[in-house]
Amino acid sequence: MLRRPFFWIIALVIAVFVAAPAIGDNVELRESLALAAVYITLASNLNLMLGYAGYINFGSIVFFGLGGYICIWLVNSYAWSLAASLVAAGIGVSVLSFIFGVGILRLRGPFFALATIGIVEGVQAFVENFTPWGGSSGIYISPQVFEPLGGSARALWVIYFAFVAVMGASLYLSYAIKTSKFGLGLLAIGQNEDAAAILGVPAPRYKAYVYSASAFLPAIAGGLYFFKGAFIQPSDAFDLTLSTEAIVICMLGGQGTVTGVALGAYLYEELRGYLLTSSTFSNFQLVIAGVLLLLIVLFFPSGLMGFVYSRFPRLKRVLE
Amino acid sequence: MTAGMTLDTAPLLQLDGVSKRFGGLQAVNKLSFVIKRGEILGLIGPNGAGKSTLFNLINGVFAPNSGTIVFNGIDITGAKPFAVARHGLARTHQIVQPLTNMTVLENCTVGACFGRKNLPLARARDAAREAVHLTGLDDRIDMLALQLTIAGKKRLELARALAAQPMLLLLDEVLAGLNPTEVEHMIGVIRRIRDSGVTILIIEHLMQAIMSLSDRIVVLNYGQKLAEGQPADVAGDPQVIEAYLGDPKLAEQLQGGAAHA
Repeated sequence: MLRRPFFWIIALVIAVFVAAPAIGDNVELRESLALAAVYITLASNLNLMLGYAGYINFGSIVFFGLGGYICIWLVNSYAWSLAASLVAAGIGVSVLSFIFGVGILRLRGPFFALATIGIVEGVQAFVENFTPWGGSSGIYISPQVFEPLGGSARALWVIYFAFVAVMGASLYLSYAIKTSKFGLGLLAIGQNEDAAAILGVPAPRYKAYVYSASAFLPAIAGGLYFFKGAFIQPSDAFDLTLSTEAIVICMLGGQGTVTGVALGAYLYEELRGYLLTSSTFSNFQLVIAGVLLLLIVLFFPSGLMGFVYSRFPRLKRVLE
Repeated sequence: MTAGMTLDTAPLLQLDGVSKRFGGLQAVNKLSFVIKRGEILGLIGPNGAGKSTLFNLINGVFAPNSGTIVFNGIDITGAKPFAVARHGLARTHQIVQPLTNMTVLENCTVGACFGRKNLPLARARDAAREAVHLTGLDDRIDMLALQLTIAGKKRLELARALAAQPMLLLLDEVLAGLNPTEVEHMIGVIRRIRDSGVTILIIEHLMQAIMSLSDRIVVLNYGQKLAEGQPADVAGDPQVIEAYLGDPKLAEQLQGGAAHA
């Protein structure tokens, strides 16, 4: 793997994310890149399901939200350290989603997609009525929890680097799966599940594994995200908008590609940042996202990377 | 007698009273036959006789309502398709099922990776290349499956199944829709596969081809076994002529052809 150029391309991206805001202590750039890192994490992990196995998951946000809840709860109620809480959130959500997965992955196509929305709604309804997690008013954490990280100003940098680490791990995970036997099996399932099974791909098991794997890093990202904000409530944690945006990003960049999805996430975040800060368009990014999705599905079903590859087929050998 | 010896002399596949019903339709009815190691067994019968259903029962797409299927000493009745594939049983489809957006090599690599040998990726690619070569797809190895012609897709079905290095290969009308040159080439490929030690069960409507290829033939009608035997005997069986061949002249011709072969 170390001899493959793509390994070093990912390393370079991580290095740029680390260095760019650190040089000159640029807080504004840091915040923008932090959000880009979150989008890249969510979209890359969604891509494992959507782009590789061909299953549309509208509920990827549930991993993010549940991860946030588990992390905040452990930090707040049991005084766990941030690192331990994040690991617990990642593992807890992966195990939960494996159980969900075994149940709903028997469904295919639109039925599966609907079931994933059902999971979001179900989990949200549960959390809203779950008193240990503050019900519908959520959980606030005191700023004191930032003390172990060296005060709130330094904590924001620590959290930022953690976001970048989770993003890097997501990219390497996508890459590692894609170039593995497991990944080949998933791609075969994505193309034609019945034919794949007849060729010997253990489809039910593989789908449950990848669904569970695609939950781990988003759960950690959710933990970091809500820890950073020191507050979590059901309507933020389980907002379907973010799920939909992740799907738009995968389609925009080119589902099934590692590069395209990362690039799509970055571009989408930039666009969103511009539209959010511009006074004329408040929350207009969702309208744009909708129009984008429509145009992509109609005219560029293979996304940005499909276009790039058709122009420069040789890049296929370098990029994944 | 040791277990190993029993395995070597025992049939590779043994069907015992296998039945499958779809609602009111008895697709396969108490069917029993064996496939010996190393033979080519032809399966013929009119449309709707239950041939493809039988394939689906053997490789686990459907579970039979009753009866047992034993493959290589292992009871595979009702096992899932991917488990059956792992035991060393591969098949092609009458209606081709390519992994459309993957290359010919990738299609075959899937077969090799998840087939009997459970190969790691790098070695699976080598096995896939061999299968591609044997089926004559070398010049199209990096083409996407969707870009192939129908004849190419048929060969890909075969290549992918072969890459799995199966002990038993089920061929479902691999010759249908091919022109005479392509048919001839494909027959050569099938013979070479058998010579490499793979046992074959083949469904085919091209009578000349199946009569000359098969060592034995089983005839199905209404899900039941109508006849079984050497190609020449089967072609001369009045019941078979009535149910399937229809034309006594064709039967005569086939009998003669098979006797020469």
